[in-house]
Amino acid sequence: MTGLVHDSVDSLAALIPDGAKVAIPADYTGIAMGLTRAMIRRGVRDLYLVCLPTCGLQGDMLIGAGAVKTIETSAVTLGEFGGAPRFQAAVGDGSLTIKDATCPAIHAGIQAGQKGIPYMPLRGMIGSDVLASRDDWKVMQNPFSDGEDPIVLLPAIKPDFALIHAKKADRHGNIYIGLRREVMALAGASRQTLVTVEEIVDGNLLRDDATATGTLPALYVGGVAEAKQGAWPLAFWEEYATDEAHMTSYVAAARSPEGFKAYLDEFVTGGGARAAAAE
Amino acid sequence: MNSSPVVARAPQQRSDPVSDLSAPDDLRTEELLITLIARLLEGCRLVSCGASSPIPGGGCLLARQQSGGAMQVNVLGSRVNNLMTNGGVELFDWAAQGRLDAFFLGGGQIDGQANINLVGVGDYPQAKIRWPGSFGSAYLYYLVPRVILFREEHTRRVFVEKVDFVSTPGTSDPEVYRTGGPHALVSPLCQMGFDKDRKKFHLVSVHPGHTVEEVLDNTGFEIDVPDQVPETVLPDRATLDIIRQQISLEIAETYPRFAAKVFPDAMNAA
Repeated sequence: MTGLVHDSVDSLAALIPDGAKVAIPADYTGIAMGLTRAMIRRGVRDLYLVCLPTCGLQGDMLIGAGAVKTIETSAVTLGEFGGAPRFQAAVGDGSLTIKDATCPAIHAGIQAGQKGIPYMPLRGMIGSDVLASRDDWKVMQNPFSDGEDPIVLLPAIKPDFALIHAKKADRHGNIYIGLRREVMALAGASRQTLVTVEEIVDGNLLRDDATATGTLPALYVGGVAEAKQGAWPLAFWEEYATDEAHMTSYVAAARSPEGFKAYLDEFVTGGGARAAAAE
Repeated sequence: MNSSPVVARAPQQRSDPVSDLSAPDDLRTEELLITLIARLLEGCRLVSCGASSPIPGGGCLLARQQSGGAMQVNVLGSRVNNLMTNGGVELFDWAAQGRLDAFFLGGGQIDGQANINLVGVGDYPQAKIRWPGSFGSAYLYYLVPRVILFREEHTRRVFVEKVDFVSTPGTSDPEVYRTGGPHALVSPLCQMGFDKDRKKFHLVSVHPGHTVEEVLDNTGFEIDVPDQVPETVLPDRATLDIIRQQISLEIAETYPRFAAKVFPDAMNAA
């Protein structure tokens, strides 16, 4: 390990203690699946998972592996591959505490965290069961309105870690995030951001405007490791597409606890050739 | 009824024999729904569709083509038709800024008061059937003037009398800030409108090949039915050509599986 640059995803995963509040982005942002498998290998437990604002395979696998105590999310879905089987099972048997939200409410909580303020007001939600189910959200009168104007206040969300996969990093730990600007708020709100990248490059991404405008500065970063195809089997930006055959086999396996365990044995924890090759 | 502008636009007016191709046996339901959605977007300046929305996405892209450049379209998940440079939160900011004129919501359950349930069936939180979650619905439904409710399944298990969980309500009390709400409901059987004062849906048109009775049999809530219910207007030949030759390729960028299923000829030609 040199500075922020780690030699492996397992070395990054070792930074995350049991019980941590961990934020993960939506699938379009870039998902650190290699790091997620390393977390499951390490056997992390009792996570409070915050999804900005939804999650998919990453959340389903962490839940299935027993790593998650509480999830705060606007949705968990495998998209065109259907519902998330381990999530559905854990909600059904009560082993997972779910804090249902709506997408902009999680964005607002993260933005409050980014700005270091206690809460953010947001329109909508009043009269919904989403709001009714959340005793940590409050409705207040808009103090700037002469008439009656109730508005919802969302408390700041301040994760211990944000986990992302990005296209490249330099050796200083600056991360190229391109168009995925939600990472700025996510990293600002989180104590540190752990990053996997397709490649680590020479030079300094902050020196050139063309890359600097799409760069998360290293000051937010707790560690970075190279992970080629690090979002696999998910799609990553315009770089590569979803491994459809693998997703289909995951969905079939994860329908039962036994099938899911067999999947983990083969691709994550088994130490077999396929798990090693995957990283 | 013949003086209705809806009926007056019927494609049967065309004498061109080629227009016979737009008869229902050649027209796919997806193409009719794309046409209908595009019609509902007329006059909008900025529209977006959400995740897993190939037919709404196709409707948006057709509406943009028909607007002659007046409409901007954001297709979630698209690289070519992405208008956001400030991350995923920007869509929600547009809505609160009053810039987003139309959006689409589905629902595992939708009830007669236009309440939507995207969370699950049974008692919350340990639902008997758990769906993904509410997504942006508990916000966008309040702030987008034309929310089009869209489901590809028209059954009594979807269109229920009362939802088990209100992801987002169809109407709000007067003190609640609300500039948006249900504008139309589109299904493979029909188009409905919603009266927010009466909190009730009414039948606008029934798609060719289906009947009012069929709609009522498959709808679990009460709806108002006018004495004369028009047939949904079919796309004309020119519109169908645009859908098959242009919109098919545009939507394939984000939804290749959908495009391969619905537009196999266009995909093979490309």
